[in-house]
Amino acid sequence: MVEAKKIITPLTDDVIETLRAGDKVLISGWVYTARDAAHKRMLEEYEKTGQLPFDVKGQVIYYVGPTPAKPGQVIGSAGPTTAYRMDKYTPKLLELGLKGTIGKGWRGPEVKEALKKYKAVYFAAYGGTAALLSKHITKVEMVAYEDLGPEAIRKLYFEDFPVIVANDIYGGDVFEEGQKKYRKLVV
Amino acid sequence: MREIHYNDIVKAVKEMVMDAEYKLPEDFIQAIKLSVNREESPLGREILQEIIQNAEVAEKEQVAYCQDTGYPVFFVEVGQDVRVVGGSLRDAINEGVRQATKEGHLRASLAYDPLFDRKNTGDNTPALIYFDIVPGDKIKIMFAAKGGGSENQSKQAMLKPADGIEGVKKFILQSIANAGPNACPPFTVGVGIGGTFDYSAVLAKKALFRHIGERHPDPRIAKLEEELLELANQLGVGPLGFGGTTTAIDIKIEIAPCHIASLPVAVNIQCHAARHKEIEI
Ligand code: SF4
Repeated sequence: MVEAKKIITPLTDDVIETLRAGDKVLISGWVYTARDAAHKRMLEEYEKTGQLPFDVKGQVIYYVGPTPAKPGQVIGSAGPTTAYRMDKYTPKLLELGLKGTIGKGWRGPEVKEALKKYKAVYFAAYGGTAALLSKHITKVEMVAYEDLGPEAIRKLYFEDFPVIVANDIYGGDVFEEGQKKYRKLVV
Repeated sequence: MREIHYNDIVKAVKEMVMDAEYKLPEDFIQAIKLSVNREESPLGREILQEIIQNAEVAEKEQVAYCQDTGYPVFFVEVGQDVRVVGGSLRDAINEGVRQATKEGHLRASLAYDPLFDRKNTGDNTPALIYFDIVPGDKIKIMFAAKGGGSENQSKQAMLKPADGIEGVKKFILQSIANAGPNACPPFTVGVGIGGTFDYSAVLAKKALFRHIGERHPDPRIAKLEEELLELANQLGVGPLGFGGTTTAIDIKIEIAPCHIASLPVAVNIQCHAARHKEIEI
């Protein structure tokens, strides 16, 4: 097992500065969910009103659309969705003070630049291990856009939610570095 | 002529969908277990163990293996000596999906129109159904839940006949490398070569139903599958793209006759949520 660092939301710059691509991290505290439809609506609304449905300062957004909870469950299966689909919206949110995003897969160059510029981190959760990850979510509250169903914005309470730092503020990229180590064939 | 009632199909489809969402095929799980010992990256080994554990928890607690419970895709082979009574076969399949979504607590993951308001259909219908008529008096239903993350990384190309086997290999390996961490590896890769533009993609999807390790009956294709699997695992992608030697669990190729001017190739990437199931009624 790789040793893990524990961090608590909301995140501050001094915590962000200690995180390096490849670090295993356990996150506790509240985070917000949003995926494609919520991002689109949130930023359209911001254009018009200058307001977001929640204050993103210091917060973390988890890209997830969970399955409905079964009776007795807090939340259904809840693994990450692919992050690059949110790339178009992310730099603006980072500029407004968002400190972390959680998803799976690569981010584009604009997001990596924005992470450095605004001091924020992109975490990768283990894609597809949704039944296990939901065990680290102990509370759920509806925040906005309930009509979007699985794509609504919710608040989730994390207890030691396991992630890997994928992109840090120093330009580190866990996927590039990890794959380079084992790549014997370039196509 | 044998008769099968609409209600029996609804029930069978509902059960099959829920079961597929909660429990990965046994051959796939076994293959993942074997890959743990071969994986060179310590983080990769840890991720493979998590995948095994996730499968165990999902099955035990009867919950969805992945939150993306996918686009329901069916291949249905209808025996020409069987008749569906009490409703249409298409409606029965959709009703089965609807009931599985509700009772099985699956996520509604379909947008009704792709371009405008993208409103959720709410019940994972309409399913995508490919029908075929075959001899006999049975109905065979094959179901796959195709997650967006891996489907989005699938590719099709109309290569030139002159590109030949080397061109095809390069295209397949590039598609796998590009899919990378976005599509939740280790993958099973379905490949369709030949046919037309559209049919190559259908073949690629259908290829995914073959069991892990089951090679194509044509020894030349079987050899190509083996060679590509070895090369794919040299790409370095690794479990969930964090780097490693387990990028693909298997590669399955289907071929079809094609136009003398064409060489269509389609690569359907299947993530580790390899939800496939078959039944016969
Ligand atoms: S790509 Fe597959 S395993 Fe990953 S989130 Fe999508 S359905 Fe789940």
